[in-house]
Amino acid sequence: MNYISIFDIIGPNMIGPSSSHTAGAASMALLTRKLFKKEPIKVTFTLYGSFAKTYRGHGTDKALLGGILGFATDDIRIRDAFSIAKERGLEYSFIIDEETQVNHPNTADILLEAEDGTRFFVRGESVGGGKIKIVRINNIDVEFTGEYSTLIVRQTDKPGVVAHISKCLSDSNVNIAFMRLFREEKGQTAYTIIESDQPIPEIIEEQIMSHEFVHSTKVVQV
Amino acid sequence: MDFRNAKELLALCSSEGKTISRIMIDREMYLGNVTEEYIVDRMKASLHIMRDSVHTPLSNPVKSMGGLIGGEGKKALEYDGAAKNLCGSTLTKAMAYALSVLEVNGSMGLIVAAPTAGSSGVVPGSLIAIAEDYKLNDNMLIDGLLNAGAIGYILTWNASVSGAEAGCQAEVGAASAMAASAIVELFGGSPEASLSAASMALSNLLGLVCDPIAGLVEAPCQSRNAIGVANAFSAAQLAMSGISHLVPFDEMAAAMYSVGKALPFELRETALGGNAATPTGCSLCGNCK
Repeated sequence: MNYISIFDIIGPNMIGPSSSHTAGAASMALLTRKLFKKEPIKVTFTLYGSFAKTYRGHGTDKALLGGILGFATDDIRIRDAFSIAKERGLEYSFIIDEETQVNHPNTADILLEAEDGTRFFVRGESVGGGKIKIVRINNIDVEFTGEYSTLIVRQTDKPGVVAHISKCLSDSNVNIAFMRLFREEKGQTAYTIIESDQPIPEIIEEQIMSHEFVHSTKVVQV
Repeated sequence: MDFRNAKELLALCSSEGKTISRIMIDREMYLGNVTEEYIVDRMKASLHIMRDSVHTPLSNPVKSMGGLIGGEGKKALEYDGAAKNLCGSTLTKAMAYALSVLEVNGSMGLIVAAPTAGSSGVVPGSLIAIAEDYKLNDNMLIDGLLNAGAIGYILTWNASVSGAEAGCQAEVGAASAMAASAIVELFGGSPEASLSAASMALSNLLGLVCDPIAGLVEAPCQSRNAIGVANAFSAAQLAMSGISHLVPFDEMAAAMYSVGKALPFELRETALGGNAATPTGCSLCGNCK
C-alpha cells in the first residue's frame, strides 16, 4: 500500500496492548513463517532492546509465537499461542538478550527449524504502528517490509543473474516498485529482493529457478 | 483526488459541497481503487470490534497483562446513577467506554487502533456513547469514523501519531482531535467548525508526555483516554457554540510536532520520566534495575 489509508488510521484491528510490541511482533513472525514455506517443528526467538525488557507485559512472546502459528495481528488465538503450539507439537523457546546492541529497540531474531533439518533465520524490527522491517535473512543483511508483494531470490553473486530475474518479471508484466540486491561478499551468496504493488505470479519462481546460479526463490503476496 | 493538509481538505469540502467524511471516502475510493461499499463494509467490521471493546469489560472486567488496570470502566459507568454525576450522563458513559477499551487492549483483547493502541479508547468511546444517547444510526457513526480518520491522516502525514516520537500529545492528543472533529460533523456542524474543534482539542493537550508505568500500555494511558474524551466533548461543544480556535489546524499540527520533538527522550515512551519515574511508578516496574 503506497498511501495512508483510512484503515491505517482507524486501524489496524489488532490484539492489544501495543502496536509495536504486540501487532508488529505478530506481523514479523507471520511474514517469517510465510517465507519459510515449510512446516516448522521448532522455533527459537531472541529478544533484544525494549522487546527484551517489556515483552511479558506486552504479550510480545505470545504474539511472536502466534505469528509462527500463522495467526494475523487481529487473531484472538494469539492469546493462547503457548497452548496451541503445544497442541500442534511446535517446540518453542525464548532467549532474552539485554546485552547485545541492536539498531532498533524493538528487534527480534527468529530461527525456524523443519522436520528435515532445514533452518531459517530472520531478524526483524518493529518500527512503530504495527509496521515492520525484515533486516536479516540467514547471515545476510537485507531490508523489506512485507507491505508489498515480495519476491526473494537467493543466488550466487555472478553477472547476469539480476538481468535474468528482471527479464522473467518483465515477461510476466510485473511492475517493480523496489528492487535491491544484498550480498555477503563478492562472488558469494546474494539476495535479490523485489517488491511490487501487484501480485507476483507464482509461475515466475519456476522461470527464475531455471538459471544455474539461482538457488531458491520465495514469493509472499500481500 | 487527495489532500495533504486541513487547508486542502477545507477547500475540497467547499468546492465539492461535501462533508469531511464524504471527502475522506472519495479519497479512499480514488487512492485505493475500491468501491464505497467495500469501504463501508470494512468500517462496519471495525465498528463491530469497537462496540465489543467498549461494552464487554462493563459486564466482564478483566485484569490487564501487567496487572496495573482492570475494572475501571465498570466503576466509572456505575457512577452514572450517582446524584453527584458532575459530568452528565453521555460524557460519563463515553469516559467509561474509553476506559473499557484500554482494559480490553491491556488484556490482549481485540481492539481497533485509532490512531494507536494506546489511544484506542477515545474515538470509539466518544462516538459510540453519543450514538447511543442521541440515536444515531451506524451509517452516521461510520461518517464519524471517516471524519476522525481524515484528521488522523493529516496528523500522520504532517506530524506524528507516535508516542515514542512525539509523546502522548501525538497519541491521545491526536485521538481527541479526531473525536472532537467527528462529533461536530455528527451534530451537523460545518467542516470549518470540525477543524476548529480539532485544533482546540490538540492545543489543550499540547506537551502531554508519554510516561507509561513499567513501560506498559496501561497506566496512565487508560485515564488519559478518559481525558481525551472529555477534552473532545469540550472542544466540540465550544466549536459548535461558535467559538473558533485562533490557530488553524495545520499550524497546530506543526506546533504539536515541534513540541514533540523538543520533548526529552525520557518523556517519549521510554518509561524513564513522568509517572513512570515516580517512586510508586518504579515500585510497580518488575523489570527495572
